Amino acid sequence: MSKVENLASIIDRFGPHLHDEPIGGWSAERKIDKMVPTHCPYCGMQCGMNLLVEKNHVVGVEPRYDFPVNEGRLCPKGVTAYLQTHHPDRLEYPLIKRNGNFERASWDEALDLIVAKFKGLQEKYGKDSIAVYSGSSLTTEKTYLVGKFARLGLQTRYIDYNGRLCMASAAGGNNKAFGIDRAANPWSDIPHAEVLIIAGANCAETFPILNGFLWKQRDNGGVWIVIDPRETPTARQGDLHLQLKPGTDVAVANGILNVLINENLIDQAFIDSRTNDWEAAKAAALNYPPEVASEISGVPAEKIIQAARLYGRAKTGMIMHARGIEHHSNGTENVLSYINIALATGKIGSEGRGYGTITGQGNGQGGREHGQKADQLPGYRSMLNPEHRRYIAEVWGIDESELPQPGVSAVELFNKMREGEIKGLLSICSNMMVSLPDTNQVRKSLEGLEFNVCIDFFLSESARYADVVLPGTTWSEDEGTTTSGEGRVIKINKAIDPPGEARQDWRILQEIAVRMGRGKYFQFESPRAIFDELRVASKGGKADYFGITYEKIDKQDGVFWPCPTEESTGTPRLFEERFAHDDGKAKFHAIEYKGAAEKPDEEYPLIFTSGRIVHQYLSGNQTRRIGFLVQQCPEPFVEMHPETAMKYKINDGERVKIVSRRGEGIFPALVVKTIRPDTIFVPYHWGEELAANQITNAALDPTSKIPEFKACAARLEKIHTRELPILGEVRKGTSQNEVQRGK
Amino acid sequence: MNETMFIDPQRCIGCRSCVAACRECSTHKGYSMIFVDYIDRSETTATMPTICMHCEEPTCALVCPADAIKQNEDGVVMSALKPRCLDCRNCVNACPFGVPKYNSAMHLQMKCDMCYDRTSEGLMPMCASVCPTGALAFGTYEQIVPLRRTKPVNAHVFGNQSVKTKVYMMLPTDAEEVSIDGCGVFEGQIALDGAPVREESWIDTQVEESDKSNEF
Repeated sequence: MSKVENLASIIDRFGPHLHDEPIGGWSAERKIDKMVPTHCPYCGMQCGMNLLVEKNHVVGVEPRYDFPVNEGRLCPKGVTAYLQTHHPDRLEYPLIKRNGNFERASWDEALDLIVAKFKGLQEKYGKDSIAVYSGSSLTTEKTYLVGKFARLGLQTRYIDYNGRLCMASAAGGNNKAFGIDRAANPWSDIPHAEVLIIAGANCAETFPILNGFLWKQRDNGGVWIVIDPRETPTARQGDLHLQLKPGTDVAVANGILNVLINENLIDQAFIDSRTNDWEAAKAAALNYPPEVASEISGVPAEKIIQAARLYGRAKTGMIMHARGIEHHSNGTENVLSYINIALATGKIGSEGRGYGTITGQGNGQGGREHGQKADQLPGYRSMLNPEHRRYIAEVWGIDESELPQPGVSAVELFNKMREGEIKGLLSICSNMMVSLPDTNQVRKSLEGLEFNVCIDFFLSESARYADVVLPGTTWSEDEGTTTSGEGRVIKINKAIDPPGEARQDWRILQEIAVRMGRGKYFQFESPRAIFDELRVASKGGKADYFGITYEKIDKQDGVFWPCPTEESTGTPRLFEERFAHDDGKAKFHAIEYKGAAEKPDEEYPLIFTSGRIVHQYLSGNQTRRIGFLVQQCPEPFVEMHPETAMKYKINDGERVKIVSRRGEGIFPALVVKTIRPDTIFVPYHWGEELAANQITNAALDPTSKIPEFKACAARLEKIHTRELPILGEVRKGTSQNEVQRGK
Repeated sequence: MNETMFIDPQRCIGCRSCVAACRECSTHKGYSMIFVDYIDRSETTATMPTICMHCEEPTCALVCPADAIKQNEDGVVMSALKPRCLDCRNCVNACPFGVPKYNSAMHLQMKCDMCYDRTSEGLMPMCASVCPTGALAFGTYEQIVPLRRTKPVNAHVFGNQSVKTKVYMMLPTDAEEVSIDGCGVFEGQIALDGAPVREESWIDTQVEESDKSNEF
């Protein structure tokens, strides 16, 4: 049983504490031993940066002007990323929970306990009683190893990862339409597009460095059409803002396609020669004249017409989208409805004509390619395809029958824990108590486990529920590759050794596998050795890495996959001549509007949506410990329109309760005209009683199994408190707890 | 040094990366000398960075009784010289842009010096290096201006005072000068519970308060 007891003492010991200066304090007198070129550990931009190293400590950051993607630019998370390496909250030795307290343990003690428990559970309940839950902030080498570890090391079918909460709808849509899942164009194509459609992507806050490309496009005379329920900084800077109701993306996209058809702004030659199934998609779109689309989405019909004309009449254009359209129970259909627009106008497959999802996690692209997904094997191979199974079994040196069958998606995995089918969990690089929808149910899942192991370098909200916690490493203490949002494989370089007894994550997994008696499959001595096996495992697959080497990455500033041969320099732009379906053609899909799984009603009259802010990264396990970032935004808030605030008699700054069918939370109100009156918004980076996910709905998209983070029904309640938001007290220093309500 | 800074507020996304990066300049000792403010968060997400404008005739230097603030041959207005600074804060009060701050821990006025330790060695200032959008850009007039669709303006009018600056604001093409007269009124507040009426959104205040980590 793994309930959290003694929370106060856990927070006191493991944080989050705020840390805000390099080790030894700020100093102009440093003797820098070396400057290590590497990349940022955070989002899918994977910006280049140089780490300044003094005596095996990372003590600062210097812009890496020569890396072509960001040319030195960094967001505030990137600038302060190095502060996590010598953070006082770092886990430096294994922990075993006894009587509700985490006690220091030796590696042998911790590993022996894990192996004994896992073996015991598997003997009693079967191999599949243990699940592995991973993440995409790991290097591709590690994500490959996690997949192999689950299937061969633990011999369980149950593995999935947090990319399920991120890119799964984009992947689903891309595979259906194009037969492959990767951004179609390099970011350097953006400045060549006359018009950009940016749907459900607050690039300014979530991909700050992408804005460099966006503004180059603007400087070239380009236009942005932004589709978002909130006037985000990106929407404010754009030329045309379609402020739709959350969950109505299909109506807007079909409305645009309708206008394109009726005003003959489509490219019939492209449709005829390079696509299938146009007639069905056309017929569906004809049901959505702008007035109908407007009625559903709340976007004025004129704006839908304007958007269609701007995009349709331009010679070049790109469509980009992110979680805003993907985090829905019909996320895959949302994606497909936008792909229809790109295909109908032939704006894909050449410079300035393109399409792409903006991948969120640092290795969101690489992490979804090589087998840590429930139904997937390396190289984008499928667990259901006998040929694919045979190939990977051969690479791994096993009989095909030894490969488990596909497991289930992230949310379903945690449902199975609650239902008792899964008894044990090994999680790595994930903070489910913040990131999964419906926090209260996730807590039950974790509390019900018989044995729970967590590998992380900070004690996250989720790790508090673990029985054993193993200290892993930050990105600066290991090497390996990641694949950025544009499909560019880049190299993370090691700057320092891990602190204390912390070990690189791949060593930890390998050690468990060895002790499980599966050592012959896990003989890797370095990330390079793992990468070399991955190259072979991905060979011939859609995400073919065979021709990529660490040296080639260094030489070319990254390599775009597919890169099938040693001579190949990679493939920056996809679909120039053919799509990845067998016949080389792309597929249209007829999409009908369904809307969110839970729509507002009398009891819950508002649409609740969640998202991100620029100063925090994902579940905040890394960034909620950096003083500078927390100072900018110490707690989540609820954005609401003045009309809504007036209706409930809520003042700016007043704490209010948000209630949904699943849970409730209290947040200070930010009364702003930049959101729709029928919608409220809370950023999601915090855990427990500050979690936006207490409110959200775990309804899943049938294809991608992505949960509906972006739309559910909720109501506001006035709670008559005079407690104001935490105003910017100076919270410098190393030993203050994360600012929490009531503390 | 032919390079200078160009501030383009329409590009600012409010990420405060410049604020974080300013601290990394080794001579700044962890203090940031940049401010990023919401214009009025209740109305818009618009934000704007403030750095030293490096006036041709710097008001801060003119009012300094100890002659502690020097302008170098490149026109960069430096932080106060430590041996001379009298802790009088005349400069803090006089600067029309609100740039210099007084660091009571160090008994010293500190302000943006265009990262002189970096720029004098041919490196870009930290803020302009990291700025994701080019809202803060460093380069020569000839490098930056042709790339932009905005107009560089370096004439500022504050009531009776006119100031010409080394740093340019990038403005709409019909602008001649930056003219400051009065400020807007915050409307997001409903008079309720007899609570005192605040003049701006709490989040505006929060951001300003966090800047006071440099106000000492």
